[in-house]
Amino acid sequence: MKPHENLDPLVIAGKSYASRLLVGTGKYKDFAETRAAVEASGAQIITVAIRRTNIGQNPGEPSLLDAIPPSKYTLLPNTAGCYSADDAVRTLRLARELLDGHDLVKLEVLGDPKTLFPNMVETLSAARTLVSEGFKVMVYTSDDPIIARQLEDIGCVAVMPLASLIGSGMGILNPWNLQIIIENAKVPVLVDAGVGTASDAAIAMELGCHGVLMNTAIAAAQNPVLMASAMKKAVEAGREAYLAGRMPKKPYSAAPSSPTAGLITPAGKTT
Amino acid sequence: MISITINDEQRRFEQPLNCSELLSRLELAGKRIALERNGEIVPRSRFPEQMLMDGDKLEIVVAVGGG
Repeated sequence: MKPHENLDPLVIAGKSYASRLLVGTGKYKDFAETRAAVEASGAQIITVAIRRTNIGQNPGEPSLLDAIPPSKYTLLPNTAGCYSADDAVRTLRLARELLDGHDLVKLEVLGDPKTLFPNMVETLSAARTLVSEGFKVMVYTSDDPIIARQLEDIGCVAVMPLASLIGSGMGILNPWNLQIIIENAKVPVLVDAGVGTASDAAIAMELGCHGVLMNTAIAAAQNPVLMASAMKKAVEAGREAYLAGRMPKKPYSAAPSSPTAGLITPAGKTT
Repeated sequence: MISITINDEQRRFEQPLNCSELLSRLELAGKRIALERNGEIVPRSRFPEQMLMDGDKLEIVVAVGGG
């Protein structure tokens, strides 16, 4: 398969995306950098946060949506920063109104401001409400295969386990759990959180993840735009390696890559 | 005189007003915002007719950078 023919799209809630990399828009120095990094990443699904507007301050302040127009990208409003199911649901109702009825959302309910570990009890409760209200829910979750299956059973359109904690950059800490989640899932599984550098993204994709969502790994790089480009390639490389099927690992091999016959000095002899 | 809480900040207005008028006063007219009144979404199409009452609690939100 040739890589850029888009024969291998990521399908979420019935819609196809050529890029398997999803990126956030937080922690950039300004909107120009946000836009440049998003462009370099090739991502089509872009997460945004929903926050109270400043009242009466800087009325001419630029808007994120001018830099990342909803006409060009699929915006994925998220509930990052919410610590209860209620807050998460209210936030996404506001997001749907803000984005003219757009119903693809990222649900994330945190349990602890120190570690940013998700609260899965609140997440499950919010997911039930949101699905019943017609939202298409991509859900951030711990890497527990049973919870992941419950979220899928509720009707979430994608399950997004952490690779390690949000913003930690610690990479893929439990590939075995991720593999179980991927094996069991009938909806796309995306690693969300924990990726630190390009190899982490490639490993996630080689495990069989359908996509990777990241923010800090790009935004906190010394050169975010260059890292965005690296992540694009890593996700593509990881996906192709997964599809290609890797060679088996073994501690040593008696089969070198070059022919064993026809050597000018036969094997085992010295001149 | 009515008093309305907007994003946890109290504001007083001389006359009763609707959502559209409020947004103009706040210099938010025409901006991409969403508005919740006492926990319920007010659709944009209903801004001109939705009157605000004394004691209302509003949330006015925008999209910002985030992961």
